[in-house]
Amino acid sequence: MKRFAELLETLVLTPSRNAKIGAMARYFETTPDPDRGVALAAITRDLTLSNLKAGALRQLAMDRVDPELFLMSYDYVGDLAETISLIWPQPAEGAGRTDLPGVADFITGIESRPKADVADHLAALLDSATPAERWAMIKLATGGLRVGVSARLAKTALAAYGGQNLAAIEKIWHGLEPPYTELFAWLDGRGAAPRIQPGRTFHPMMLSNPIDETRDFDRLDAGDYQAEWKWDGIRVQLVFDGESRRIFSRTGDDISVAFPDLAAALDGHAVLDGELLVGHDFQPLAFNSLQQRLNRKTPAKTHLRDLPAFVRVYDMLFDGDEDLRDLPLSARRQRLEHWIRQHEGGRLDLSEILPFGDWHDLARLRLEGAEIHGYEGLMIKNRQSRYVAGRPKGPWFKWKREPRLIDTIMMYAQRGHGRRSSFYSDFTFGIWRGNEIVPVGKAYSGFTDDELRDLDKWVRTNTTNRFGPVREVEKRLVVELAFDSAHDSPRHKSGIALRFPRINRIRWDKPADEADTIETVRALVD
Amino acid sequence: MLATPQTIAIMKQRYGAHCAGSFQPLEFGIELVDGPVTITLFPAGHILGSAQVRLAYQGRVAVVTGDYKTHADSTAQNFELVPCDLLVTEATFGLPVFQHPDPKQEISRLLASVQAQPERCHVIGAYALGKAQRVIRLIREAGHDAPIFLHGAQEKLCAYYAGQGVDLGNLQKALDRDKASFPGHIVIAPPSALRDRWSRRLPDPVICQASGWMTIKQRAKQSGVELPLVISDHADWNELTDTITASGADTIWVTHGREDALVHWCRSRGLQAEPLYMQGREEDAGE
Repeated sequence: MKRFAELLETLVLTPSRNAKIGAMARYFETTPDPDRGVALAAITRDLTLSNLKAGALRQLAMDRVDPELFLMSYDYVGDLAETISLIWPQPAEGAGRTDLPGVADFITGIESRPKADVADHLAALLDSATPAERWAMIKLATGGLRVGVSARLAKTALAAYGGQNLAAIEKIWHGLEPPYTELFAWLDGRGAAPRIQPGRTFHPMMLSNPIDETRDFDRLDAGDYQAEWKWDGIRVQLVFDGESRRIFSRTGDDISVAFPDLAAALDGHAVLDGELLVGHDFQPLAFNSLQQRLNRKTPAKTHLRDLPAFVRVYDMLFDGDEDLRDLPLSARRQRLEHWIRQHEGGRLDLSEILPFGDWHDLARLRLEGAEIHGYEGLMIKNRQSRYVAGRPKGPWFKWKREPRLIDTIMMYAQRGHGRRSSFYSDFTFGIWRGNEIVPVGKAYSGFTDDELRDLDKWVRTNTTNRFGPVREVEKRLVVELAFDSAHDSPRHKSGIALRFPRINRIRWDKPADEADTIETVRALVD
Repeated sequence: MLATPQTIAIMKQRYGAHCAGSFQPLEFGIELVDGPVTITLFPAGHILGSAQVRLAYQGRVAVVTGDYKTHADSTAQNFELVPCDLLVTEATFGLPVFQHPDPKQEISRLLASVQAQPERCHVIGAYALGKAQRVIRLIREAGHDAPIFLHGAQEKLCAYYAGQGVDLGNLQKALDRDKASFPGHIVIAPPSALRDRWSRRLPDPVICQASGWMTIKQRAKQSGVELPLVISDHADWNELTDTITASGADTIWVTHGREDALVHWCRSRGLQAEPLYMQGREEDAGE
C-alpha cells in the first residue's frame, strides 16, 4: 500500500507527462500480480466497487471527530479522501497496528465483507496507516482516484513498459478485465497478446475537435469533407452478434438495461456508432426527453410507450467479425448504407449526409439548421479518415451553432473541488421575474484563471449570508452566460433549464437592473 | 513602535530606518509599566525576535500570541507558555486537518530527492524572513553542508541571522552562477520567484515549497509544487488547542485564520470564545 500511495502522490504532483508515464511503468515493473493489475484498474476507473459509499465514509469520520469540525475541514479541503486522511486521529503510541494489505487484498477485504462490517474493517486499517496511505486506501475504496491521469495515459505507460504500441493496447483493452494478468504476461514477454471477441466488447470511440473558424476553413479543402447534422442525443456504440446485444456509452459504460426496447431490436452482427435519441418515427424529441430515460436504471412503462429509443447511425466499425476501422470513412459509409438497407424496419436509421459546395455554403446550412430546426450544429469529417480511438487532430470536427447569450446576476457561490478547491468557482445565476431574482442555472466554467481569482475575491468581499458551504452574495454582479439551448423544467424555480451553461463574459460594468428577465429567456426555449 | 530589539532591527532592514516614528526596544521578560497596565514580551517561537505580548491590568492578564509556534526551532527563541485569563490567539492553521509532521522528516524527503535526481536542481520557495533561515538550518542539521544558492531577496536577512549567531553554513549568490553549476544543488528563493522569469535560469528544477499549506495536496498542485515540504512557522491545530488549554484562559479571542473552527472547539469545551474578524486578512494570507 505504501508503494501505491507513493505512486498516487507522484501522479498528482508531478506536472510532467513523461514523469507520470515513467512512474507508472516503474510501478508495473516492481509490483507483482495481481496488485499491479488492480492498481491499473483503479487508475483507469475500471474497478467497480459496490460495498462502500462516500456517505458511509463521511459517517465513519464523523464518528471519530467533531462533525462540525469535520464539515468545516471538508469544505476547506474540497476532497473527501484527503480530508479524512488528514483529520483521522492518530492512535495512541503503542496501540496495536495491523500490517496494511496490498492493493488487491485491500479490495478483496472490502468487497468480500458483509456491508455492515466494512466500515469497522476500514477504520482499523486507517488507524494503522500514515496520512498518505490513508488517502490512497480511501481513494481506492471509493473508486474516484482523480490523480490527473487519464485512462489513455495509463495505457501509454503500459505501452512504454511493455515496448508495445498504444494502438495495439487500445484495440484489446475493452475485452480485458482486472487484474489483467494475461495482458501483463504479454507485456513481460511471457505470453501471446490476449485475444478478445470483437462482437462482445466496447471499442474506444473516435472523437472530434471543435473547429477553429478563423484558421481551419482557410487550410481545409471543402471537397475532402462530408457534413452531417450534429444530433442532440448521446453518442453510443451498438455491439451485437445475434446472441449478445449491448449498448455502450461514449466512455464504455454498458447502458443496455436502460434501453431494452432498442437492444431487443438489434438484429444481425455488427459494431455501429451513432446517436441515441428518443421519439416516434425517427423524429427526435428534445434532449430533456432523452434525459428522463437516462436518469433511470430501467425504463418506466410510460417511457417505453411515449419515448421510444432509436439510433441515428453514422459509422460502422465491424461488419460481422470483419474490422472496418482501417478503411477510409467513405468505404465504411458504403458498407453501412448497404447493411442498413438489409436490416430495415428496426430502430436504426442513417444520419444523412448533407450536400454542400464550399465552406460558405455550409455556414448557411448551419445557420438554417439552428434557426429553423433548432439543430445543435454540424459534424465535419474527412472522407479519407480511418477510425482511430481517441481525439486525433484533423480528421473530424464539430461546428456547433452560435451559443445563446443572456445577462444574469450572481446569487450564490460555492467552493470548487479538486484543482479548484479553495476557490469560489461554482456559481448560481439568476434573472429577473418581476421584482425578484430567480435562479436560472449554475455554471462552473468559461473563465480564465485570472478571472477566477477576481470572482473568488469578489465573492469573499460581497458575501451577505452563509449557508454551510454556500455563500449568498450581493445581487449586483452581472455575468453573461452562454448556453446551447433552453428547455422547460418544472424542477427549476424559474421553470427553465439551460443546457451546458458557462460563463461567457463577466460584466463588471453592467448594473444588475439591466440583466435579462424571465420573458426574454423564455423566448429562447426550443 | 514597541518591540524586541531583534524585531526592530529586522523592521529597519526591511522597511527602512524611518519606517516608524520612534522605536522603543523591550527585551523579553522585562516588565514595562504604562499607567495601570504592565506590558511584558515573551518569545512566540515564530521567527527570530517574535514576541507574544502579556498585558496585566488590575489583576487580570491578557496575552496576545501574534503568530507563533511551539515546536523547537534553532533560528528563533523557543515559545514560552504564558498563563492568562484572556488569550488572543492566531488561527492560521485552525482546522484539525493541519497536523504538521516533524520537519526533520520533511528535510530527509528533500535530501533523498536531491540524491535521487542529481541531474536536476531543487529550488525551494520559502519566505525571506524566517522560513528561509529555518529551512537552511534544518538542512544543515541533517548533515548537508554543500553550498546553498540564494535568490537576491534572501541575502540580507540571512546575513542578519548569521550575525545573530544562527550558523547557516556556506551560502552563495544564485545570480553569479551559470546553468552548469546548479544540478545537484539546492536553491532558495521567495515563492513568487518560482514561477517568474528568475527561475528560468535553473535547469529543469524540482519546484519545492516549504509551508504549512503544503499539507493539502491540491494546494500544492495548484501552486505547481512538485515536492511539497510541510514546514510551518505557525502553530498547527494540536499546538493551537494545546496552548489554549495550557494557558488556563477562560476567554479566547480568535483571529488571523480559520476563526470559526477554533471558536467552535473552544465553545464545545465550555470556554468563552469570539472571532475577531480583521479586514484584509481573510484567507491564506502569507506564511
